[in-house]
Amino acid sequence: MTISREDIEKVAVLARIRVDDEQVSALEKDLGNILDLVDQLGAADTDSVEPMAHPLNAVQRLRADEVTETNQRESFQAIAPATENGLYLVPRVIE
Amino acid sequence: MHNKSVAELSRELESGQISSVELTQQFLDRIDQEDGKYNSFITVTREQALADARAADEQRAAGNVTPWTGIPFAHKDIFCTNGVRTTCGSKMLEAFTPPYDATVTANFRQAGAVCLGKTNMDEFAMGSSNESSHFGAVTNPWGLSQGEKRVPGGSSGGSAAAVAARLVPAATATDTGGSIRQPAALCGVTGLKPTYGRVSRYGMIAFASSLDQGGTMARTAEDNALMLNVMAGFDPKDSTSLDREVPDYTATLNEPLKGLKIGLPKEYFSDQLSPAMEQQVRNAVKEYEKLGATVKEVSLPNAKLAIAAYYVIAPAEASANLSRFDGVRYGYRCEDPKDLMDLYTRSRAEGFGTEVKRRILVGTYALSAGYFDAYYLKAQKVRRLIQQDFINAFKEVDVLMSPTTPSPAFIQGEKTSDPVTMYLEDVFTIAINLAGIPAMSVPAGFVDGLPVGLQIIGDYFSEARLLNAAHQFQQVTDWHQREPQ
Repeated sequence: MTISREDIEKVAVLARIRVDDEQVSALEKDLGNILDLVDQLGAADTDSVEPMAHPLNAVQRLRADEVTETNQRESFQAIAPATENGLYLVPRVIE
Repeated sequence: MHNKSVAELSRELESGQISSVELTQQFLDRIDQEDGKYNSFITVTREQALADARAADEQRAAGNVTPWTGIPFAHKDIFCTNGVRTTCGSKMLEAFTPPYDATVTANFRQAGAVCLGKTNMDEFAMGSSNESSHFGAVTNPWGLSQGEKRVPGGSSGGSAAAVAARLVPAATATDTGGSIRQPAALCGVTGLKPTYGRVSRYGMIAFASSLDQGGTMARTAEDNALMLNVMAGFDPKDSTSLDREVPDYTATLNEPLKGLKIGLPKEYFSDQLSPAMEQQVRNAVKEYEKLGATVKEVSLPNAKLAIAAYYVIAPAEASANLSRFDGVRYGYRCEDPKDLMDLYTRSRAEGFGTEVKRRILVGTYALSAGYFDAYYLKAQKVRRLIQQDFINAFKEVDVLMSPTTPSPAFIQGEKTSDPVTMYLEDVFTIAINLAGIPAMSVPAGFVDGLPVGLQIIGDYFSEARLLNAAHQFQQVTDWHQREPQ
């Protein structure tokens, strides 16, 4: 299985990771090799097999609709790269 | 003192032969003197440890005692520790100090144990050699005397090396595809990956959520049992935690093994395994026969598909989990982002290492429009086939035994150029995570002066039986007591 430069560039945008031209060449080879490995799956007959999400088929638990969290905004914002007046700062989005 | 097990140290603390402060000081001094050779710690919390040791001595004086009161140990740097930097081996979290404790961290705190620091690991637990850590590779204590710098395995390479080098008697670890068992095998220590859902994942930085499981590492099976007693149990904060009774894992260590039915999966004794390794593993199985166990060959016909299924599922889940690292709320942010997209793409490009980015990209590709059915859904179906193989095997036998790894610890740099070569390191461990069952690695001999691990695999929630089997083996062998020179 080969993966094209265009595919890699598209996936990098989806994953929000900047890659430069040199990295794309290395990724072409490495991702191609990984996908070759993964292509072994095609040999398995899985027509009547249910996909498995949890080893013991556990389902999502529900809890009572009650407030359990306390407000910890100060301690969470203390570890943020940039905050102001209780808000997280990012570059201007709307001109 | 540094050669003693947790159980032995616990008795010495109890009898008053030594205080926790003295013990903690001794291990901290050892880390200072020795860890320059191994790089097994990312952060050493000297002052906090001594304060915790003083508190433990006071608890003991007040009669408030658990087997862990005052015992020094270390956490893999994937478990969040309130107020102590938690890096996950990544530049992304180089300056991250969590404002809360993982449940595993809280459990050890509650038991009165003294954490000496955070151990090195592959970045975001992605690796089998501990070479992808932003904080430098870890060197295996074995092989150094021959002048060779070998890998400790990964991703829990720091925990394994620290326990092998007697810098701590025990350390926590995590296992997504072999990250407890493979380093335990390569460093000659004992490690246990519990059943998926047995140990809370809350505050354990996520890699692949349907596979990740916290577990134990120490030199003896008995110490692994003592650790699991603290770690196992239902946690409402982890939505995949399972609500099952937790036995006292030390209570059944001494049960006789007479009549134990052992299966040897023929696929795990294939030509991938070196003859010298195979000999050590078969010798270990013979010890079990002497203890009264019976042995038969079994088959796991779909095991050969495990690595392929894993390298769809794990990267797919990683790509979703690691999307949280956006440079906005915590973690690394690039300098002078020109707009929001630049902030995201450059923070992630600069904050993540090569292997992590590779897996995020593979996972994003496997989940993207047009490929989801062919990759992710197909892999989840194959996963069920692999699980069914184990279910069938456990209708015939009580435990499965195999080598943990195809070969002993390799030289640093030997497998870094081709990711797929590195992935094959986990050929005997990965299927266990896909099935969600528990497994251990137990020291079982040496090849060319390097440790060999015996993998013992059990059915769901059979941790007590695995620990019993490992403990009985350790009563008649001394591989686990060998010390690297």
